[in-house]
Amino acid sequence: MSDDLTKTIFGRLSIESFPIHEPILVGTFAMVALGGVALLGALTYFRLWGYLWKEWFTSVDHKKIGIMYIVLALVMLLRGFADALMMRAQQAIAFGGNEGFLPAHHYDQVFTAHGVIMIFFVAMPFVTGLMNFVVPLQIGARDVSFPFLNNFSFWMTVSGAVIVMMSLFVGEFARTGWLAMAPLSGIDYSPDVGVDYYVWALQIAGVGTLLSGVNLLATIIKMRAPGMGLMQMPIFTWSALVTNVLIVAAFPVLTAVLAMLSLDRYVGTNFFTNTGGGNPMMYTNMIWIWGHPEVYILILPAFGVFSEVVSTFSGKRLFGYTSMVYALIVICILSYLVWLHHFFTMGSGASVNSFFGITTMIISIPTGAKIFNWMFTMYRGRIRFELPMMWAVAFMLTFVVGGMTGVMLAVPPADFQFHNSLFLVAHFHNVIIGGVLFGMFAGVNYWWPKAFGFKLDKFWGTVSFWCWVVGFWVAFTPLYVLGLMGVTRRLRAFDDPSLQIWFVIAAVGALIIAAGIGAMLMQFYVSIRDREKLRDTTGDPWNGRTLEWATSSPPPAYNFAFSPVIHDLDAWHDMKQRKAERPTEGFRAIHMPKNTGAGIILAGLSTVVGVAMIWYIWWLAALGFVALLAVAIGHTFNYDRDFHIPAEDVVKNEDVRTRALQSAGI
Amino acid sequence: MSTLTQTPPGAENPVFYDLDEHEHPPGHSTMLGFWLYLMSDCLIFAMLFAAYGVYGGSYAGGPTARELFELPLVAVNTTMLLLSSITYGFAMISADERKQGAVLGWLAVTALFGAAFLAIELYEFSNLIHEGAGPQRSAFLSSFFTLVGTHGLHVTFGLVWLGTLMVQVSRRGLVDANLRRLQCLSLFWHFLDVIWIGVFTFVYLLGVLR
Repeated sequence: MSDDLTKTIFGRLSIESFPIHEPILVGTFAMVALGGVALLGALTYFRLWGYLWKEWFTSVDHKKIGIMYIVLALVMLLRGFADALMMRAQQAIAFGGNEGFLPAHHYDQVFTAHGVIMIFFVAMPFVTGLMNFVVPLQIGARDVSFPFLNNFSFWMTVSGAVIVMMSLFVGEFARTGWLAMAPLSGIDYSPDVGVDYYVWALQIAGVGTLLSGVNLLATIIKMRAPGMGLMQMPIFTWSALVTNVLIVAAFPVLTAVLAMLSLDRYVGTNFFTNTGGGNPMMYTNMIWIWGHPEVYILILPAFGVFSEVVSTFSGKRLFGYTSMVYALIVICILSYLVWLHHFFTMGSGASVNSFFGITTMIISIPTGAKIFNWMFTMYRGRIRFELPMMWAVAFMLTFVVGGMTGVMLAVPPADFQFHNSLFLVAHFHNVIIGGVLFGMFAGVNYWWPKAFGFKLDKFWGTVSFWCWVVGFWVAFTPLYVLGLMGVTRRLRAFDDPSLQIWFVIAAVGALIIAAGIGAMLMQFYVSIRDREKLRDTTGDPWNGRTLEWATSSPPPAYNFAFSPVIHDLDAWHDMKQRKAERPTEGFRAIHMPKNTGAGIILAGLSTVVGVAMIWYIWWLAALGFVALLAVAIGHTFNYDRDFHIPAEDVVKNEDVRTRALQSAGI
Repeated sequence: MSTLTQTPPGAENPVFYDLDEHEHPPGHSTMLGFWLYLMSDCLIFAMLFAAYGVYGGSYAGGPTARELFELPLVAVNTTMLLLSSITYGFAMISADERKQGAVLGWLAVTALFGAAFLAIELYEFSNLIHEGAGPQRSAFLSSFFTLVGTHGLHVTFGLVWLGTLMVQVSRRGLVDANLRRLQCLSLFWHFLDVIWIGVFTFVYLLGVLR
């Protein structure tokens, strides 16, 4: 075949695009391929494909979509953490002329992939999944406002994850750091496919994130049970409302700035170039206008989880509910006024830096108020140290340190020292692991019984808890120390041998965290194995306070046979207190949305378009785009999107629940 | 505190389950959801306007706005889009009166005006590129082409949607689902009009004054 023809058909994809000369990657690929074949074989052997397709992949049930989001987050956590282990190992040995085991070319991809995966494909799906699962239950709704869109959003997120994973074995990932700062990410300095993988993965996943934000906002505003005014909403729902306002108001900014970057790369425009009137600092500004709200998108739902957990396990109403709500709103607004603190060193001058330094410090006030409210909720409460509560306490201790180092970074003169140092790396891991991840783990332990009908094993949960908390401190305290000594981030090898001991300690910490992850997987396995022993028949295993505990565990597809009527902030607690009787007859047919495969097909086609664009395979991109449009338009011709669950089925379901409650003695 | 408890504890027979509920009609939150989407889209345009605001004078030694923009052509263009909005409004009035034929007629007129707008825009773009003032020439032209082109892409997408909807209305008539879709496209179309007013003012008029 002539060169031109090959180029037309395959774009820049060639045999050299497959990293067959890198033993680490070949080994990883072999492992992934073997695991993949084993998984696919098992699914085929146990005839699970039809079940997965019908019950899960095409499902528009918010509970199943929420669970799938969290499965995605856990799978990607393993990948992101493998990157972290490689970095810790590299930095622990690369001293005094030892080059370590990762060449620069590979190491730069590893730290970029680690950041991108952990933020976009671990933290985001975790947060979105939890909101998806919990919010409709907490507001007494049967599903979200746009169930099909929900399914589509999930698969778009998966599509982004698939593209990132693909870069491991076909071509390479960006070597730019997780925000792909210009002009390094421009075509002049990054001519290969790495940045294109980055851009398309984030653009496709971003569509999913934005639409799920719109969806949850409409759900919370329009679908609350009768009697639930805004100030009767459970605090987790409030945090979800504020989070989704942030998502809808921030993600378009990311879309726009990445679109401009890709125009620079594909068309040759001059937005962020050094020449032609472009300005790389525009990119820095614009990406952080999205980036700072993004960190609050991650942390606010975690705050919501802790509020629910602390109140439930202290057996008390949340202290200062109103102030909690206002704190959320104030944080939401302030998060748009601080972006420049990420680059005080840009040299905007004292006045600009002071403004952004002060706004940043002001954020610690509502955040501090929340910490005090949680402590006052615990004060004189009957505290039960179940797993979710343990994570909550560990969060309060850990997060306060992360918050205070954040205030240190907010002081512009000090920031000239801390900027781009390992102190910063330690700070944001302190708030993201100690805040977001601990919150998500608390949430998983708290709502698992609701999702699956049995509690998680406490022994392995406790092991995982201690490994994570101890491992975190062992891994990141050395980075604080190193950062204060002036060690900058993203370095592959070091000259000064006196620093090595700190990196070795950090690597040990990472291994302890690895044990924590292992114990968590063990916890899931043991709990599923012993599910009969851990069974929750009441639907209310923790003596909860909000509506999700009013229905069975796992909830029926329709969540509530009759909409609950809310008289109190802690609606379910109030119902128990006043002995509300659960109706056992008079059930009616329930109107529900139908499952559809359109979401997964559209997302699959988006993946094709993305990959074709990355490799310059123009014909495939065009074809994929036309197919995408055709399927989307075809889907709008389907007017038959809902059905009724017949009254007999509801009766059957609810009778089972009635008997279960009777045998539990309630 | 009144926000926390509506019915005082111990009140007689509070109702805890709504035994006689009315279903949410399908699409009851569509307009809100679509409005939220439009606001997010508006933010994309906000970023593009911001980029133009910063780069509007970055000619990099190339042609300036005053040299390039032909206001009479832009005036015709703007008229096309504004007229298309008016005719879409007529389509909605006919929809309220459930006159299917009139709806389809007005939608077709809207599509014509929209296509005319696009044609003039493409003519302008090709002229600029021929004069050597393409998007690669300077940051000013990069941001100009991106902002105006993004608007143009939206109009193109709106035309595809309009065509699809015309088929759906003629097949199924003015059923609730189609009325809702007409409403959404109406919001979308007028939204693009508002964005264009911004483009016309900040890009073309101020560009020539610059």
